[in-house]
Amino acid sequence: MEFAVNSVLLTMMAVISIAIIRMQNLFGVVILAGIYSFLMASVFMVLDAVDVGMTEASVGAGISTVLFLSVLGLVKVRESKSIHTPLLPLFVAIVTGGVLIYGTWTLPEFGSALSPANAHVGALYLERSMPDMKVPNVVTSVLASYRGFDTFGEVVVVFTAGVAVLLLLRRGSGRAKAMRRNMVARGLIPDNQLTDEERAQKEAKDAS
Amino acid sequence: MDLLEGIIQRYNDWITIFLMVSGLYIVVARGNMIKKLVGLSLFQTSVFLLYISAGKVIGGTAPILADGITAYSNPLPHVLILTAIVVGVATLALGLALVVRINEVYGTIEEEEIFPLEDDDA
Amino acid sequence: MRLDVVLRVVSKLLLPFMLMFAAYVQLHGEYGPGGGFQAGVIAGAGIILYGIMFGLPAAQSIMPPKLVEFLVPLGVLIFAGTGVISFFYAMNFLDYSALGPVTGLSEQYAQILGIIVVEIGVLVTVASTMVAIFYGFAGRGQD
Repeated sequence: MEFAVNSVLLTMMAVISIAIIRMQNLFGVVILAGIYSFLMASVFMVLDAVDVGMTEASVGAGISTVLFLSVLGLVKVRESKSIHTPLLPLFVAIVTGGVLIYGTWTLPEFGSALSPANAHVGALYLERSMPDMKVPNVVTSVLASYRGFDTFGEVVVVFTAGVAVLLLLRRGSGRAKAMRRNMVARGLIPDNQLTDEERAQKEAKDAS
Repeated sequence: MDLLEGIIQRYNDWITIFLMVSGLYIVVARGNMIKKLVGLSLFQTSVFLLYISAGKVIGGTAPILADGITAYSNPLPHVLILTAIVVGVATLALGLALVVRINEVYGTIEEEEIFPLEDDDA
Repeated sequence: MRLDVVLRVVSKLLLPFMLMFAAYVQLHGEYGPGGGFQAGVIAGAGIILYGIMFGLPAAQSIMPPKLVEFLVPLGVLIFAGTGVISFFYAMNFLDYSALGPVTGLSEQYAQILGIIVVEIGVLVTVASTMVAIFYGFAGRGQD
């Protein structure tokens, strides 16, 4: 029963990925990507990964879709037709897929409790979480205590992304604006990076 | 019969590989930058599915300890993928910020229209 | 009647529940699904919803950009500070049993305290980063 639900959801996701490849309207592509994230969160729930499902639903279908839509408000909405034929990328994709499928024949049996991934460290964490720290949610205890260093690295990555986006996109306060006006007046910024009113001011100054 | 059982067990893996390959195809073949970023997030999500399905134990339940349950799914892939999802959205935000800036400088987000403009600049 | 009356009323009703749900997910992270990342994203999404519905100046009046830029590194500081405390007791980085001598708790409760403090750090950084990224994108199209 679980397997039937899993298969139906995965088939719907494969259909959506084909639709994303073919669609040219970027707004539709972004909404389909949000639906894809929701289906992926449902598959995670069926596969017993409740923490991961909650994170994928909120991050993939919430934040990602909002960020894509706010960027689509600034750029154009239709994708242009490609002038190259996609034969080489198709060939690369099919060869990669074939090699990967050949590699899955020797993977351990699906869902076995004795596979090497499930039998050693995972089982150890399940046994030791309650005696060590009395936390029933083993994912939280592994995330914050047993593997806390990885979580520290992740928080630093989120911080770095925030700093980088602020550096790229923040509109200046008074000091940055004054510096920019100075550089424009001294002719240090090339023409294709001036805003429209700066260009008009420059042309008026050159004419006078 | 053996082949049919093998196919049912591997259906999960095959759909994962199909999603991975379609994400890769979008990144390589399409020139629009937003579509490339969507393809990249498709690719990343399919890799998460590969890890989570390796950690599933049939007959087990979510790894939250409770009385009366003896079989649990493996919690270790869940932890790795939790980190990976958040790193993925951080990368996506940075990629979109770069797309906004490229659009402001060149006026377009199609790769094929940017390459000649880039040669003119240099 | 304007077309967005339903959206505005519903989002105004939903925003306190979203923030409360974020607090619930954060504090129940040890007993059920949840934790710092999910709570941070839900709290950030609440502020972003308010910004989408009522305009960027309204969102920036309840959460000013200066406050957001202050909160982004504060979470990393909380996390790294918890790790550095154990240096003063000659233990490894991020070893929570060093919090036992500091607060006088037993071994297990020192680990729980370490987990709680660290998850608060994660919540603060993730929520403020999501809001800061949204402010960056939304502020770009203004002029």
